[in-house]
Amino acid sequence: MTKTTSILMGGVGGQGIVLASKLIAHVIQAHGKELKISEIHGMAQRGGSVLTYIRFGDEVASPIIEAGQADIVLASERLEAWRWLPYLRHGGTMICSTQIIKPMPVITGAQKYPENIMKVLEELAAEGKLGALYAINALEVARQCGEPKAANVALLGILAHCLEFPLESYLAALEALVPEKYLDVNKKTFMAGYEAVTKS
Amino acid sequence: MERKLLSGNEAIARGAYEAGVRFASAYPGTPSTEVLEVAATYEEIHAQWAPNEKVALEEGIGAALAGSRALVAMKHVGVNVAADPLMTASYVGVNGGLVLVVADDPGMHSSQNEQDSRQYARFAKVPLLEPADSQEAKDFVKIAYEISEEFDTPVMLRSSTRISHAQSLVTLAERQDIPIRPYEKNLAKRVMMPAFARPRHVAVEARLEKLAAYAENTPLNRIEWRDKKIGVICAGISYQQVREALPEASVLKLGLSYPLPQRLIKEFAAGVEELFVVEELDPFFEEQIKAMGIKVRGKELFPLTGEIHPNLIAQTILGQPLAEKLEAQAREEGTVPTRPPVLCPGCPHRSVFYALKKQKLLVSGDIGCYTLGALPPLDAMDSVICMGASISAGLGYEKGNPDLKGKVVSVIGDSTFFHSGLTGLMDVVYNQGSTLTIILDNRITAMTGHQDNPGTGYTLKGEPTVALAIGPICKALGVKRVREVDPYDLPALEAAIKEEVAAPEPSVIIARRACALLDKSTKELYIIDEEKCKRCNHCLRLGCPAIVKEEDRITIDASLCVGCGVCVQVCKFDAIVKAGGEND
Ligand SMILES: Cc1ncc(C[n+]2csc(CCOP(=O)(O)OP(=O)(O)O)c2C)c(N)n1
Repeated sequence: MTKTTSILMGGVGGQGIVLASKLIAHVIQAHGKELKISEIHGMAQRGGSVLTYIRFGDEVASPIIEAGQADIVLASERLEAWRWLPYLRHGGTMICSTQIIKPMPVITGAQKYPENIMKVLEELAAEGKLGALYAINALEVARQCGEPKAANVALLGILAHCLEFPLESYLAALEALVPEKYLDVNKKTFMAGYEAVTKS
Repeated sequence: MERKLLSGNEAIARGAYEAGVRFASAYPGTPSTEVLEVAATYEEIHAQWAPNEKVALEEGIGAALAGSRALVAMKHVGVNVAADPLMTASYVGVNGGLVLVVADDPGMHSSQNEQDSRQYARFAKVPLLEPADSQEAKDFVKIAYEISEEFDTPVMLRSSTRISHAQSLVTLAERQDIPIRPYEKNLAKRVMMPAFARPRHVAVEARLEKLAAYAENTPLNRIEWRDKKIGVICAGISYQQVREALPEASVLKLGLSYPLPQRLIKEFAAGVEELFVVEELDPFFEEQIKAMGIKVRGKELFPLTGEIHPNLIAQTILGQPLAEKLEAQAREEGTVPTRPPVLCPGCPHRSVFYALKKQKLLVSGDIGCYTLGALPPLDAMDSVICMGASISAGLGYEKGNPDLKGKVVSVIGDSTFFHSGLTGLMDVVYNQGSTLTIILDNRITAMTGHQDNPGTGYTLKGEPTVALAIGPICKALGVKRVREVDPYDLPALEAAIKEEVAAPEPSVIIARRACALLDKSTKELYIIDEEKCKRCNHCLRLGCPAIVKEEDRITIDASLCVGCGVCVQVCKFDAIVKAGGEND
């Protein structure tokens, strides 16, 4: 039996994490793996933190991911990368959009948005605590491709480097799940994310 | 057959479809809501939203007695509302099968308490099934109908957030052709007055004994022998967490978790060196197992609160966790700002709380998106208990402390008003209270993801229907002072609150404006005129996520602003202006 792979996706309500998790699920399913995807709904729509666990392998028991267990954390916002950092295993991969969305306690001045997030992540990568760190401004990438709402798809382009599945599976997932009207822009955004890694 | 990725809730709905269910009713509530939303997608199932859980269960009872297989779904606290029919439905039994799906929320991801609904199965003396993943969720629904009809009992199927909202692969099957059973009148079995109810209670106790015997042999309960040093008894999500944490341990997995299989438990206990129960919330199994005279450890090791995750199980039983969190010193030293949910930009609830806070009133709150009005900076709510409590507790505030008279405002959403606000309002009139009730009529049940309700004009299946009018209902209940206000019109709203709260008789303000997430009209957005802005921060008191304080200035995030214009009305310096030019 191979080990279960655990991906934690963190973001902010309204960022479209649900589509991203559906796309990943499609890819995993196409390769005949068992999988469990666990989402916390509730008040997520109201701009709170949202969290999705994706686990796959030959057999999956728990649908949740514990601190120190994630092979990959995919965060669609900088502070969310910071929030879920302890969930990565030693040597795990952090994929992070550098975008900033201030939470209400920061907006009202009750709390401060940490300033050194990217610097610390880079240090952790240099020390080897992070196996890899991929940071792009996914919103900017998506905007340049023509659809800011597709920011998460750019992050999926990066994720494609980190999992064992071929590129075609991701493109097939986009074709299966994204409405015709938005397909081209999503593919373009996905490839922009994918190439952001190959080029750097 | 096809394998499909389904959430637990989707799987439960699929199970109902395959089991030949014809009628389903529910009131929404996280994490149970999708059960009915998905059931409604099957043409063969008549699925409907009830105004509350008691009504939903009573409808299910009627449909089952009429001869159809019926499904009723609710979140854990919904069972409190439906407890009255549940207790006696147990005596009455069924004709077509009746399954009550209850979704608990250990850890309170989206609930006001974390009660353990398994207690209700024992309380009502009905069998309880607990699936551990989506495949079981679907299969168990079908078995639940067989049990229901064979033993003449309603069956409770208990899920939890991690089952309802986790997706896993499910093998689908065809729908069974289950005809409507013939209807026959049966007074002694269905008219529960004392003379008929007494023998029914005897029948219920006999039924439990038969179910306990069935529990011994059903494949729903199974022993998985592995290493015999450690044995764990568990059900539902805890089974998955135990398998994750202790892959070597022997497990007694309970699928039919009430009544318990005593002989099977004794056999398992005798076969292992150390016996544990892992169960979230109450020591439901543990106490019953201890009462069998079996030595077992449970809540002396595990918490009574929240979820029980694999790390904790491994740490507690094996003495070491599954994984250690990644340490980053810089992160440990600072604080990680929380990201609590907030009222959306343009939410019509916002101005109401702004106005209430300004007038320093006592606000008896209720449950819905508007509960967020309790949080800073709006900070305008004094208590929240359960659905409907705003109006009745408000009357209690006034009667309990004469100093509060003239200051009490009860705030309730439209769906919550239909759910259980009407009787409270009736009582404000009957018992001569003088509270002000504000009904936040955003034309939808927003909190749980926009479900229709008796006021919206549509059914769960999307068919047009009568839209019950809140104003005339309040008048019919005897409230003379009823008025409607657009919550985007702040001066009108503030004036109305001031006048109505002072009135020496019951009053109602209906703050009517559709949920901002459903309002598709495009309005012109606003920006801050930096010349005029005095940085007084007053606009920040609205708690609008679109209004952002930078180091030394305030801006409006154009990607979030929806142009509701409420902030324009709170700015004393006319510094908030239309992006395209002059304000009206
Ligand atoms: C007995 C019970 N049933 C269901 C729920 C879940 N729930 C909480 S609030 C709510 C509805 C809120 O709708 P509404 O009153 O219209 O307010 P809105 O969210 O639209 O502002 C529901 C279904 C609950 N907390 N308690």
